[in-house]
Amino acid sequence: MEKDRIDQIIDKHHSEPSSLIQVLLEIQAENHWLPKEALERIAERLQVPMTRVQHIATFYKAFSLVPKGRHQIHVCMGTACHVRGASRVLDTVEGLTGIRPGETDLDLKFSLETVNCLGCCALGPVVEIDGKAHGKMAPAQTAEVLTNYE
Amino acid sequence: MPRINSPDELEKVRQEVLSRRDPNEPCISICAGAGCLASGAGEVISAFQAEIDKQGLKREVNTKGTGCPGFCERGPVVVIYPEEICYLQVKPEDVPEIVSQTIKEKKVVDRLLYVDPSTGEKATCESDIPFYKNQERILLSSNIKIDPKNIDDYLAIGGYSALPKVLFQMTSDEVVEEVKKSNLRGRGGGGFPAGRKWEGSRNAPEPIKYVIVNADEGDPGAFMDRAVLEGNPHSVLEGLIIGAYAVGSHEGYIYVRQEYPLAVENVNIAIRQAEEYGFLGKNILGSGFDFIVKVHQGAGAFVCGESTALMTALEGRAGEPRPKYIRSNVVGLWGRPSVLNNVETWANVPLIINKGADWFTQYGTESSKGTKIFSLVGKINNTGLVEVPMGITLKDIIYKIGGGIPGGKRFKAVQTGGPSGGCIPEELLDLEVGFDELSKVGSMMGSGGMIVMDEDTCMVDVSRYFLNFLTDESCGKCVPCREGIRQMLKILTNITQGKGKESDIELLEELSETAKEAALCALGKSAPNPFLSTLQYFRDEYEAHIKEKRCPALSCKELISYYIDPEKCKACTICGRKCPSDAIQGGKNLIHIVDQEKCTKCGTCLEVCPSRYDAVRKISGEPVPPPIPEEARTVVRKSKQK
Repeated sequence: MEKDRIDQIIDKHHSEPSSLIQVLLEIQAENHWLPKEALERIAERLQVPMTRVQHIATFYKAFSLVPKGRHQIHVCMGTACHVRGASRVLDTVEGLTGIRPGETDLDLKFSLETVNCLGCCALGPVVEIDGKAHGKMAPAQTAEVLTNYE
Repeated sequence: MPRINSPDELEKVRQEVLSRRDPNEPCISICAGAGCLASGAGEVISAFQAEIDKQGLKREVNTKGTGCPGFCERGPVVVIYPEEICYLQVKPEDVPEIVSQTIKEKKVVDRLLYVDPSTGEKATCESDIPFYKNQERILLSSNIKIDPKNIDDYLAIGGYSALPKVLFQMTSDEVVEEVKKSNLRGRGGGGFPAGRKWEGSRNAPEPIKYVIVNADEGDPGAFMDRAVLEGNPHSVLEGLIIGAYAVGSHEGYIYVRQEYPLAVENVNIAIRQAEEYGFLGKNILGSGFDFIVKVHQGAGAFVCGESTALMTALEGRAGEPRPKYIRSNVVGLWGRPSVLNNVETWANVPLIINKGADWFTQYGTESSKGTKIFSLVGKINNTGLVEVPMGITLKDIIYKIGGGIPGGKRFKAVQTGGPSGGCIPEELLDLEVGFDELSKVGSMMGSGGMIVMDEDTCMVDVSRYFLNFLTDESCGKCVPCREGIRQMLKILTNITQGKGKESDIELLEELSETAKEAALCALGKSAPNPFLSTLQYFRDEYEAHIKEKRCPALSCKELISYYIDPEKCKACTICGRKCPSDAIQGGKNLIHIVDQEKCTKCGTCLEVCPSRYDAVRKISGEPVPPPIPEEARTVVRKSKQK
């Protein structure tokens, strides 16, 4: 990520130390992960120790310190999806992609995450891929959906 | 839009907004809440806009995407005004017919109406549908009427009328008194009386105070705060401004999870519009009162829903709770008095001011007043958001509104209160819903998640599920929570895998007691609840797992096997073709057998086996019958017997 762009985001928040989380969120949203250089720049500009930046970047689930795949798979593990069989769906996704939650495959094709409720419980179990929700999933359908992504 | 500088000017603006709107003009409201969007509401909205354009009706017909009315099960939901015709499960291909029939000819499209499954009767209006009819929707009913991105819609339904009343006709004391009198209790889970919280803050000596909206709705299976914030953000803002005036705060925060991008967007638009109109900023409506609001996005941590952790996060640090020797309404954000209330609590405030505490207290039980929104999910026919008066029985919610359990299954339990709550069994379904009533039976109100479970849900697995969630979300600051819950999860996982020991239940009880007594915040203190309540009502299930290695609900993977009944199998080969792990041996005219070594227990065979054969079943606690001998495997079809 360009250093200028990072600076722009920091300037938008007036280099306020209390805006650390908001700055990290914006960089995560644009870049999909937080490179070390970005963290260092933020620590320097916000006058926050690097340990605290790292504490925040590892404490909150929204941040990733490694690059992400082209397609983000979110398997909803909310209670409503769970009682409707979400764990079987997750098993299938793991089997098909060869990765576990939190991981990205070597071709950088898929990143897999579990989430605790996407709020479309009527459609459970739900798998969200690149922001599009696929509802009423069963293991067999999961396989069909995943083949549509390159 | 110039700023509005007095209550009179506000009324003029409101009249002007209303005069631009003809109540008889057709208006198409399409739910654009997250649930309906996931079922394709976005495409439906575009289809309506294109069709209206095509038929040249753009001037006469108003089309808008609105907030969530609650009936997610039958989304996308479309309501046509002024007749209030409610169409369900609308698809883009239905749109031309709706426009030419209902809008132009004023005829109802019968096939899109709600059909009562028991009587077969059709319901034309929202209010005729049993799902809505049995609710008391004082907050949610506005959602379908307003476009959340347009402040004029909120003004048109009488919005921002409580604000001038407070600023010009009431002292801050009177506002606090009114809220105290209404006995409005925190809707986020704790149930602490909002009025008393406000009073504590107002009386605190520190001059700088804060008011905060907690929109970090993290309970899995709960999305009512999102529906309110997405669908009617101005109602929350108005409540917040009133609260700020009451406690003497000039700065407010809305802490909303980044997992709710639409809520973040809508609330930001709402703040901008409120600033333009003069409901926020300096000298609000000419009253001399100043107040600004900032939005802070959460970065994904369940514990940040806890008040002190949320304030720590607002300060830009890792959201870890603090001990509450002094309440946060006295020493909170940046060490200053801070009133933190949940979205739904704030949204109730303008209604209480407008209609009075007496109106509010007519709903509810002795100790819990008003209404509560629940998200009714899980094994239930009508999934969605329901707003009911406190004191309604669980049975009425589940059967009258929720329409009962799908697939003819038997009800087993309802889980309330999110991960910190508990499971309530069938024999307690006549329980009245209220803060204290739910606590008495070992559960809690929580933020309002209500997850219905049927006979196929394993209660040991449910308690393992919640502890897994909490282990993941524990911030790690205090030992009883960080280590205790983790050990509980380990033991519960062992039990669900058939590795349970006789002494496990006692050990779990001991760990529960420690966490309850010694954990720092509510997350740890209430973490054992899912275990304790399921143990209280479903001890036999724990014992079956431990002693017989059997899962009575046939749900725990390690304790079940899939088996094809040779008597029933008609060798149709469907399961063999669909099995993702090639675990089914068989072929044409050959009875299928599950290879237990290869089977991953995904359950696909059971799902795809045609119901007329019903040959696949799950077995638990007993050995799988040996495969039938090769020579007996050939299926002889009746048609070929002759």
